[in-house]
Amino acid sequence: MCGIAGLIHRGRTGDVGREMTAMLQSLKHRGPDSTGYALYGKPHGKELVIRFKVAEQDEMSKGFKIHDQVKERRSEIERRLAELEAKIIEEDMATEYAFRFRIAFDGDLRRLANYIEDVEGAEILSIGHGLELIKDLGDADHVAGQYSLGGFVGTHAIGHTRMATESDVDIRSAHPYWAYPFADVSVVHNGQLTNYWNGRRALERRGHRFVSNCDSEMIAVYLADKMAQGATLEDAMKGSIEELDGVFTYLVATSDSLGMAKDTMAAKPMVLYESDRFIALASEEVAIRSVFPHEIDTFDPYEGEVRVWKN
Amino acid sequence: MHTEQLAGRSQQRFFRPEEEERFTYPQAFEVDFKKRTQFDAGPMSSSEVNLKLRELMSQGYGTVVMKNPGAKHSLAVGILNRLNLTIEGSLGYFGCGLIDGPNIHIKGRVGWSCAENMLAGTVLIEKNAGSTFGAALRGGDLVCKGDVGARVGIDMKGGTIITGGRAGAFCGFMMQRGRMVILGDAGKNLGDSMYDGTIYVGGKIAGLGVDAVPAEMTDLDVQWLERKLKLYGLEAPKGAKNMQKICAGRQLWNYDNLEPAEKKLIL
Repeated sequence: MCGIAGLIHRGRTGDVGREMTAMLQSLKHRGPDSTGYALYGKPHGKELVIRFKVAEQDEMSKGFKIHDQVKERRSEIERRLAELEAKIIEEDMATEYAFRFRIAFDGDLRRLANYIEDVEGAEILSIGHGLELIKDLGDADHVAGQYSLGGFVGTHAIGHTRMATESDVDIRSAHPYWAYPFADVSVVHNGQLTNYWNGRRALERRGHRFVSNCDSEMIAVYLADKMAQGATLEDAMKGSIEELDGVFTYLVATSDSLGMAKDTMAAKPMVLYESDRFIALASEEVAIRSVFPHEIDTFDPYEGEVRVWKN
Repeated sequence: MHTEQLAGRSQQRFFRPEEEERFTYPQAFEVDFKKRTQFDAGPMSSSEVNLKLRELMSQGYGTVVMKNPGAKHSLAVGILNRLNLTIEGSLGYFGCGLIDGPNIHIKGRVGWSCAENMLAGTVLIEKNAGSTFGAALRGGDLVCKGDVGARVGIDMKGGTIITGGRAGAFCGFMMQRGRMVILGDAGKNLGDSMYDGTIYVGGKIAGLGVDAVPAEMTDLDVQWLERKLKLYGLEAPKGAKNMQKICAGRQLWNYDNLEPAEKKLIL
């Protein structure tokens, strides 16, 4: 089933970590397997934030070697960053297996991503100037506590509670997806793409890599690929309505925008609240009510509808 | 143009007034509309809210106001007797499902599948409604004064659905009986694979579905529309007589032409 949620503050910032946690926790019944966030904070100039993991959560309870291995993998990534002349400004260890580095780097992001992911067990969750992508097993309160997301101040966010249907219950298959190798683009999706493998092969032929077998990842890569060719976010999303087959409602976020798209059958739910200062979307109104407990006017976007809002 | 003619299998049943006792359920409550109360649904779960309603009805309360529903799912479901219920707020999914008899006034919005399988009574929504509004409706009046999502009245088998604003795609999909009124624009595939029933549209139609065809508006249609809309304080934007009428083309109807042995094969 899965639940998705998004919010954007207009012309200001807010505690998007706390707000998104409240929204996702109220959608827990739509998917208890994993929870993920794409939070957009204030960029630090040209610096990049890179979020990555070096093992899956369930690996940490299997054997004794893994604890040494994650340390070795992290050291190797630090060495490779130095080799690519990426200067590490700050390092945070969110969990034993997931890390947040703030780096200064003006080289080729695809090369950087490929070189890091060449380390055994390493997977980049996101790279961006404002984007920080966090996902793990468990509900929103658990993940938010684990990664200290309460108090994350930013402009906008998207999130996902996952009920695994076609791929594994692990961090790799959890949403959101970062649109490798494009900075600051992330996607959450509720639905099923029926032309996933054809679409994926076409994108792989264009040089893109996929870390999972989850159809939702393709939406992120598809949109980022279109934008890299010069399309605006809105045009790329409109193209997706035609080119992606199946039932879907998805949310996409870039450094300054939040977008939503609904398939031509309108088969997956989405409720929208829009005011002068705030926009919130979710699979169910109860998620929006977790941020606005008073009576508000909401509505369902229609079939084939694409909307984009800027901060 | 087609003229609607009711034909084929009918699900209509006719009752004699002397058989009135058959209209009530054994577990239905005797309530008094003059006995009024209200309660706060804010701190309650969906189950607790529905149990509270049952408790109040068992005590004879016939007019109840529910405050702070908070868009919770499955509220006010399975009410099988007369009741005047006012909900001061919005409902989540599956609100007012499987009801038979109450008059419910919702001052907010409703989520997906409001009044699913409703048998009788009225449900009036002041704001917007989600998709599958009135799915498999069997009777009563279901009215949304705002916009509604997709698949309004999917599989509806009777009753009336009125939408004051716009409606999404696939409204009246596999509709089998009843009337649907959309005062605003209707989405694509309107009335797709409908067997019977009538759809009236006041705005633009994005596209008709398979076997849905335009039909001629009659004086009876206009009179019925004007009378029905007036009940809920609504008006057709360009007048009832200028609404479009859609019914089943019945080109897909072949079940009744089958021999008994062939029907057995299908079933």
